[in-house]
Amino acid sequence: MSVPSHLNFYIDASRCIGCQACVQACTECDTHKGHSMIHLETVDRAHSTQTIPVICMHCDSPTCAEVCPADAIKRSEDGVVQSARKPRCIACNNCVLACPFGVPKMQVEFELMMKCDMCYDRSSVGLKPMCASVCPSQALFFGTREEIEALRPQAAPIDRFQFGNQTITTKVKMMGPKSVAGQRPEHIDVTAAMEEHAPPRSVSLGVLNGAR
Amino acid sequence: MPSLNRETVRAGAQGVAATLLVAALIAIGSRNLAHFDAALVGYTFATLFAVFGITYRYSMWLQRPPTALFWRRGWQVFFSRDRLLANLAAWPKRVVGVFAFNNFIFRRSRTRWAAHWLIMWGCLLAGAITFPLVFGWIHFQTPADDFERYRVYVFGFPTFSFRIGSVLGGLIFHGLVWASFLVIAGVMIAMRRRMRDRGAEAVQQFSEDFLPLILLFAVSITGLMLTASYTWMKGYAYDFLAIVHAACVIFTLLWLPFGKFFHIFQRPAQLGVSFYKDAGRTGEQAACRNCAQPFASKAHVEDLIRVERELGYSYEMPGVRGDSVGHYQYICPRCRRLSMALAQGRLWQAGRGREVSDRPGIVDVAEMMEAASAPATTAEQA
Repeated sequence: MSVPSHLNFYIDASRCIGCQACVQACTECDTHKGHSMIHLETVDRAHSTQTIPVICMHCDSPTCAEVCPADAIKRSEDGVVQSARKPRCIACNNCVLACPFGVPKMQVEFELMMKCDMCYDRSSVGLKPMCASVCPSQALFFGTREEIEALRPQAAPIDRFQFGNQTITTKVKMMGPKSVAGQRPEHIDVTAAMEEHAPPRSVSLGVLNGAR
Repeated sequence: MPSLNRETVRAGAQGVAATLLVAALIAIGSRNLAHFDAALVGYTFATLFAVFGITYRYSMWLQRPPTALFWRRGWQVFFSRDRLLANLAAWPKRVVGVFAFNNFIFRRSRTRWAAHWLIMWGCLLAGAITFPLVFGWIHFQTPADDFERYRVYVFGFPTFSFRIGSVLGGLIFHGLVWASFLVIAGVMIAMRRRMRDRGAEAVQQFSEDFLPLILLFAVSITGLMLTASYTWMKGYAYDFLAIVHAACVIFTLLWLPFGKFFHIFQRPAQLGVSFYKDAGRTGEQAACRNCAQPFASKAHVEDLIRVERELGYSYEMPGVRGDSVGHYQYICPRCRRLSMALAQGRLWQAGRGREVSDRPGIVDVAEMMEAASAPATTAEQA
């Protein structure tokens, strides 16, 4: 079984409404029953409702797999980076720290890394992963290129990401504008967003307590 | 590729050395093959091949940059002067918990644990009986003065004796039968899960997941059939069964270095990692260079940077915040996830011809309120 080549996963974080449906649905997947593999992050709770659902981007050359000392992470022929093989994973945390997208989760009590595997029991037979099947805003979309082009005529899928000097290409695509200054954007520069401010972790109630 | 050749040659040399060592131990332990059972020579050569294959693969595995680093660090941390006593105290508890009881598998799933625990102890028991017998390291002799007893010789040295018809004698002579009961029960539980669990069905492979179970079952059931043949069936089809059993065992031995069974030899690395993580928890922490929160041990982050460079990755971040970040590995996983949202937002701002802000999508409410109240103040002043 493998994911049909005409089906792709598209993420459009800007459409996420933070409803948590994907987080809940993810736990229903048979390959990681009871454990949600999605990180639903609130970017800056004090000032914005902006959220992002983070799933595995299934890198073509997965850093998580390369840095794994136990050779526990395998990429199947259809490009899906599978969760750690249970007999091999030694819970060293290398993959958690090395993934450029911050995806793998360490299940400390099981001494096992688990990550999004695109609901392989479903996607490998052509069904939508659980998250994409419930996302009401289609921030998470699984389908054909024709379908996404019809749905988002102004957008184009991007599968190249820049992290400092490192370029990573992925199976999962992120939706970006079709054109920037007349040119099609080739990549998303992730680390460029770090140039000025750090998104705070704590919620500041400065507005409410009058400390403007 | 000269480096690849060097690795291969080193692994090959270590494989040959290990094989010669076991061969020498067979010669010594069987007293120059005096107690070596020639009928088991097929097992011996299959074992020697397995020793070469396992050592070769283990050596190649240890030479991978992340494995090599953990291997080195694991020993360094274990023997470090300030941690040695604590490590020596923690070591037996971890060995018993992880290896004897498989506590981490118990926490994953009770049925998985039952399957693994039964198979593991069945195989350990069978291995502990089979290999010394095959190598001639253990043999039994009847003392000249008492034909009702057997004396056990280990490496040619006499040890304890027992009465042939005793309970202990029955337990010892049927050790492989008890082992096969454990293995068959474990295999049945594991096989049931593989045939019914939809998650397992999606990712399992024949060679990786089914073949080991089939081999273990085949070895156990043909072994039991041998016992049944000579105990209750007057040796019916014994020769044929002996050949089939030997074929199953030899194939399993030859398969040891290649498939899932290799995890038996990889798994102890888990212990080294646990000591490395202990040291990381109490050592200096790395603070995220975006949000300033601690997220991992500094040593682990720096080790990972070294490994990534060896693997050819280049996550250096020149020019970002005046080089204060330095390397992407100093950014915590949460900030990496948030940066994705911000990066996409910036691209959309650019695509719509708007001014690109640092934090697209972030609305500064305080600033808006300030702006909203400003005209009124101006009007009052006027």
